[in-house]
Amino acid sequence: MRVNIDVDQSRCVAAGHCVSAAPEVFDQRDEDGVVVLLDEAPAEHEHEGVREAALLCPSAAIAVREAERRL
Amino acid sequence: MSEPKPLPIAARSEGCPFTPADELYEMQRSEELPRIMVPSPLLDEFEAATITRYEDAKNALSDTRLRMGFVFDPDAPRTMLNQPGNLLNYNGADHSRLRRMLTGAFTVKRVRSLRPMIERIVSDRLDAVERAGAGADLVRLFSTPIPTLVICELLGVPYADRADFQHRAQVGLDVNTSRETQIQNLAEMDEYMATLIASHRESPGDNLLGSVVRDHGDELTDEELVGIGNMLLIAGHETTASMLSASTTLLLRNPDQLAVVRDEPDAVDGAVEELLRYCSPATAMPRQAGEDMAVRDQEIEEGERVVVSVLAANRDLPEAAERDLDRLDVRNPPKHHVAFGYGAHQCLGQQLARMELRIALPALFNRFPELRFACSEEDIEYRTKALVFGVRNLPVTW
Ligand code: SF4
Repeated sequence: MRVNIDVDQSRCVAAGHCVSAAPEVFDQRDEDGVVVLLDEAPAEHEHEGVREAALLCPSAAIAVREAERRL
Repeated sequence: MSEPKPLPIAARSEGCPFTPADELYEMQRSEELPRIMVPSPLLDEFEAATITRYEDAKNALSDTRLRMGFVFDPDAPRTMLNQPGNLLNYNGADHSRLRRMLTGAFTVKRVRSLRPMIERIVSDRLDAVERAGAGADLVRLFSTPIPTLVICELLGVPYADRADFQHRAQVGLDVNTSRETQIQNLAEMDEYMATLIASHRESPGDNLLGSVVRDHGDELTDEELVGIGNMLLIAGHETTASMLSASTTLLLRNPDQLAVVRDEPDAVDGAVEELLRYCSPATAMPRQAGEDMAVRDQEIEEGERVVVSVLAANRDLPEAAERDLDRLDVRNPPKHHVAFGYGAHQCLGQQLARMELRIALPALFNRFPELRFACSEEDIEYRTKALVFGVRNLPVTW
């Protein structure tokens, strides 16, 4: 199983849940706290954190697409 | 539709100040969105559709059609709901533009870097409690000074001025004061903040106000900077102070839960989320419909006010089927809650608040493992009617 992540920086309100939930996948820009995606297709062990980040994000700035196999 | 019922905005049960009032639960069960009368010194008493279910609350708070409902009117007297610079007075693009000027100071990384400063402040306050001896009031010696000192350091506000701004913050958040008092109170806050802003304009300090002036000073008027400063100062100390007092009181009433926070460092982060859910210090969030819309097929007309009960919504999380959400269970943290709101206005300072709670609570119980009330439980006075729930006095012994 593979996940693809999209972040919409224009929606981000810099609440930081994504960084707490999956620190290896998300970061925040220093100057304005806006989400930065470090890894578009993270390894399996990060998936739970990534799903949690998408769920917790208050501005729906994170979209996770699950794909059975590489398209 | 039935007549709107009068109800205090922060309705809590007669029996327990941490439990939502029965009426709130009744509203939650009702299919119809109930209309209630909400007292407010600034808007007078207003009628509002009440949202009490978790899913509805999340949807409503992230729905851009629901606006903050206080559009800045330069000709009307300045109040906390009519002030340039205050994020709560903005919607949409204006709101994001302003908010982004501040968010850099509240990232997870920046807040983590404040840990040593917060630890030092907490440990100093614990010394002060110890010196005061049995009967020490934690509200005065611990829960209020910690976030106040933190926000003062962060913003660049002299701590020596705290008595005045703390008093003004209390007045500002009290729904029982008159409109005149509110206007006068804000005028005093503005005057104080204007002096600080002027000195930062002259030489921007190495702190948050200084960096906002340095980076965005040209785009912001002095009035906006004053509003930003007021908002950060009030929101930064009053809510966290209330949450520290409320959660300490709650844990003292539940010694087995207190023991977890004291003895299990791994459980602390989760415990803080459960305490936030259970106390819901910012009890209710008002909005106004910018156009005709619906919540769960219930019509809300343009211009109608809506109030989201965070307290009630936090007792209605999806996990309600698996556990009793009226029971405090710090080992079983909620997966998500709306204690900090949701959507574009979700609390800007939430990571800072979390950090303060995660440091201060275990430190308190470790320094005083035998901590208990120094008065009978009935003598604790709760602030159940203000916009922010809290405790007025918390004498303890150990
Ligand atoms: S959780 Fe959402 S709003 Fe918060 S920083 Fe991450 S992307 Fe931005």
